[in-house]
Amino acid sequence: MTRLRRYALRFVGLSYLGVLLVAPVGLVFYRAFENGFGAAWDAVTTPAAKHALLVTLIIAAIAVPANTIFGIVCAIAIVRHRFPGKNLVNVIVDLPLALSPVIVGLAFLLLFGTGGWLDGLPFDVVFALPGMVLATIFVSLPFVVREVVPVLREIGTEQEQAAATLGAGGWQTFRRVTFPAIRWAVAYGVVLTTARALGEFGAISVVSGRLIGKTESLTLHVEERYQSFDYVGAYAASVLLAMLAIATLVAMTVFRPKEETR
Amino acid sequence: MDDFRAAITDPQAVAALKLTLLASAGVALINAVMGTIVAWILVRDRFFGQSVINALVDLPFALPTIVAGLTLLTLYGPTSRVNVNVAFSRWAVLVSLLFVTLPFVIRTVQPVLLELDREMEEAAASLGAGSFQIFRRVILPNLLPAILSGVALAFARAIGEFGALVLITGNLPFKTEVASVYIFGRIESGDPRSAAAVSVVLLVITFLALFLIGALRRRVTRHDAAA
Repeated sequence: MTRLRRYALRFVGLSYLGVLLVAPVGLVFYRAFENGFGAAWDAVTTPAAKHALLVTLIIAAIAVPANTIFGIVCAIAIVRHRFPGKNLVNVIVDLPLALSPVIVGLAFLLLFGTGGWLDGLPFDVVFALPGMVLATIFVSLPFVVREVVPVLREIGTEQEQAAATLGAGGWQTFRRVTFPAIRWAVAYGVVLTTARALGEFGAISVVSGRLIGKTESLTLHVEERYQSFDYVGAYAASVLLAMLAIATLVAMTVFRPKEETR
Repeated sequence: MDDFRAAITDPQAVAALKLTLLASAGVALINAVMGTIVAWILVRDRFFGQSVINALVDLPFALPTIVAGLTLLTLYGPTSRVNVNVAFSRWAVLVSLLFVTLPFVIRTVQPVLLELDREMEEAAASLGAGSFQIFRRVILPNLLPAILSGVALAFARAIGEFGALVLITGNLPFKTEVASVYIFGRIESGDPRSAAAVSVVLLVITFLALFLIGALRRRVTRHDAAA
């Protein structure tokens, strides 16, 4: 009886994952290479596709380091320091997780667009790369902070105090004591940030204006190809993104806090 | 102010908000049940390929949402090889949202289940409790706070989801158009003001729901401590 129940649960759980997760992803790979590897390769090496990949990589190359540095500084501020409005900061950091990306895009559009509060900057923000970078930084903001905060809480301050009594300065303490203790959490947060930055779609499609060959990122390129009935192009670009996702997944499995794996 | 009222009482906006709320609530409920089952088999069961499945659970976090949408459209759309076509129907909204929210409950319940003391279950069994009784009286109360945290995250994600929905739902007004897609449509038609108005309503709904789930979670936790 218990054996039967165990198999029943296993069947239900695995079928759910199979139908929702494994089958669809497998099929996209199949579809992309259906007409041979050559057709897929041609589709991802068109000028528009190459430019889209470049845009995506530029955005990630700015957003990920920015959020890593901000994330570490912010986590240290939240855990190690007291300042007025600390609880507010704690809540605001999580805000991007509860906001629809479209609303984030709209906020940037209203802020930097024609007639907005920050309209009239010397360079274009909306419908240009700076706006896309800003939007991506916003949506991928919480990940490093959220991973580092619990680890900082757990390691406590004893070792940092010991370092300080031995004459280490603030920077030295951070570099020699604090950072080595949080580096795996930082790495995991960076992986999550990268995944989000590479895959962002909603906020970017609002602020970019989707100018093909200019402000089109790889995710926008997938949609644009699909809407133009170029399915091979859409699937090929998707597979490129899916490969990046699977690389991310492998990195996540490596860096995931150990108590969650068994 | 009148503009605001007109924008949020527009029938198309109301229909989109209703659908979003309903679908997100449904997704939250299904996740609560299925997420707990999957977490259970990943922790308490042993089977071939378990660690691969465990790693795969994170895929919806890693996969760009537009790719997720295309993926689901390929399998469950007009070109489906398994003869399931949910594209451009409300089922499509549900399926896409279930995909993108899949990891939340699993990943919040899993660590709690790992930590859970099996002695309690054995004690309950030796006192004559049946397995359903053990689950309901011993295991579930311990898991409930984690389930609710996962549900809150899944709900917030579902209510704002955009990328996974644009391709597969066809964005038919009054039928499959969710709030974020409606807002996007308003922006594209050069009407950012009503887009902003509907955004405000969506935000208020999100925060109210998160507040309610948070309150429920606190209640459950307190009950647990008192018992």
